[in-house]
Amino acid sequence: MEKKKIVIGVIGADVHAVGNKILYHAFTEAGFDVINLGVMVSQEEYINAAIESNADAIVVSSLYGHGELDCRGLREKCDESGLRGILLYVGGNIVVGKQPFEEVEKRFKAMGFDRVFGPGTPPETTIAALKEDLGITD
Amino acid sequence: MEAVLLIDFGSTYTKVTAVDVTESRLLGTAAAYTTVETDVGEGLSAALAKLEQITGKVTYQKRLACSSAAGGLRMVAIGLVPELTAKAARLATLGAGAKLIGSYSYQLNEDDIAEIDVLKPDIVLLTGGIDGGNSEAILHNARMLSGCRTDFPVVVAGNRSCARQVAKLLEPKTSYIVENVMPKLNRLNILPAQQQIRELFLERIIRAKGLSREAALVDGILMPTPAAVMTAVELLAKGCPGQPGIGELICVDLGGATTDVYSIASGAPRRDTTVYKGLPEPYAKRTVEGDIGMRYSVQGIAEAAGYPRLAQLAKLPEEKARELVEYLAAHTDSLPDTPELDQMDFALASLAIETAVARHCGTMEEVFTLAGTALAQTGKDLTGVERLVLTGGALIHAKNVKEIAAHALYSTRQPESLRPMQAEVLVDQSYILAAMGLLAGHHPISALNVMKKELVSHGFAQSKNR
Repeated sequence: MEKKKIVIGVIGADVHAVGNKILYHAFTEAGFDVINLGVMVSQEEYINAAIESNADAIVVSSLYGHGELDCRGLREKCDESGLRGILLYVGGNIVVGKQPFEEVEKRFKAMGFDRVFGPGTPPETTIAALKEDLGITD
Repeated sequence: MEAVLLIDFGSTYTKVTAVDVTESRLLGTAAAYTTVETDVGEGLSAALAKLEQITGKVTYQKRLACSSAAGGLRMVAIGLVPELTAKAARLATLGAGAKLIGSYSYQLNEDDIAEIDVLKPDIVLLTGGIDGGNSEAILHNARMLSGCRTDFPVVVAGNRSCARQVAKLLEPKTSYIVENVMPKLNRLNILPAQQQIRELFLERIIRAKGLSREAALVDGILMPTPAAVMTAVELLAKGCPGQPGIGELICVDLGGATTDVYSIASGAPRRDTTVYKGLPEPYAKRTVEGDIGMRYSVQGIAEAAGYPRLAQLAKLPEEKARELVEYLAAHTDSLPDTPELDQMDFALASLAIETAVARHCGTMEEVFTLAGTALAQTGKDLTGVERLVLTGGALIHAKNVKEIAAHALYSTRQPESLRPMQAEVLVDQSYILAAMGLLAGHHPISALNVMKKELVSHGFAQSKNR
């Protein structure tokens, strides 16, 4: 079967490069075709990359607390750009301070994200979710 | 002595250059009006007669030519996302020495097709999707293009997964499948498409433009003129086996209607903490500013720089500057024969170079993050390039060329623009760059030596507003 394509990157003015590299290797190892946009990625860059590559999912990382601002409107822009229904994930330290994860998850789901992952999520969790959502059976 | 004749069938002038390749010596140059309406051979004969007065009777071992006559190589570039494959397609087209007459992204509609039919391109470059990526757009665009009434060949350089299908949909148009201009995201691969464009130029375009009779007079019209200039400056920068080049450089060709900028430089981030954004640009990059030129596009310079600055630089009242710009636009053959026009041409050339080089170079943006300031670079960082080659009538004949050239450099006016900090100014006084690009294919060492001898150094220009 053809590999599923996912676009990954760290959104906004965020320069945390280490986690991004780990995710790249983990996702590639798990059998995905990974398009890594690196750090400081704008919403438009995710969308452009997903269009050219015909990607199945966009996985957004954010570690510096501004994720909520950076991610707002991404789903709407995807819809506008013809990426209707594309799988959207977000994970990391996506909000300021310590907030109950259930509330954070609720807010991001309301913004159109299909899955939301809190701090310290191991890559395996996200990989399992991707496989489930994209209908990949091992 | 082994002499080679190099011919440039230009849109206005046919220029001939004679070189003795055994001694790497320029024998002479001459020019005459291009006579494309009647017989291009007439202009060539007139130029050759003038050349013979300088060189005396010479037997040429080879006659090589390039051409930008009859509109040059006119191309349309099509891609998917404007910043990605459509940009790669534009870079490929310009780098191949073509004139980019139209650029399209996403899915073509009926109006685009009607427009392309009016544009009548010589070649269309069709791209879209990385390998294994989006195929919907390129398939749609192939289907739409097949309905164009104009007959043109299509170079297909998109998603390889559907390349054959694209060729089938393009029928009855002839198509040529080459490697994707962007096989992976943000990876540029434009050489195969450029190679195909060049072959098509040789096989079909020369004939279609009625230049084949001239092609018979010479040993071949090898390439469009801008491709010859690109070849020359690439050789000048990189050198060839047995002869070093002069290193990374920027070349500006300031014309009456357009301004071409070439850079032969890596342009990669100079600090490893800098984050590079977007599509990496080619080592040999050409851009063309269609709105920046000394006569036909004089208003474009004024619009880009603004009248207050133009007037200030020309040391004229703003009213006067406006009046002169209008005059020059209406009288495109006027020479700077009054002190006012002379001052005006100085200001125009300075601002044309400033605008064109700034558009060519990349930019650096400071981003404030929680971890401190980070630098994000887009396009080429040419701050470390130390050679600036100038060509084109307005620059070759300019008096204070070094002062004009300084406008190509870094300025606090646009601190984000990654232009050279300082550069040695080399002027193509004998107008030989295109000729040397032609010679480079057969006698690279000779071409390099002639350029090193004939390009006149005007010393180092320093950025004034550092």
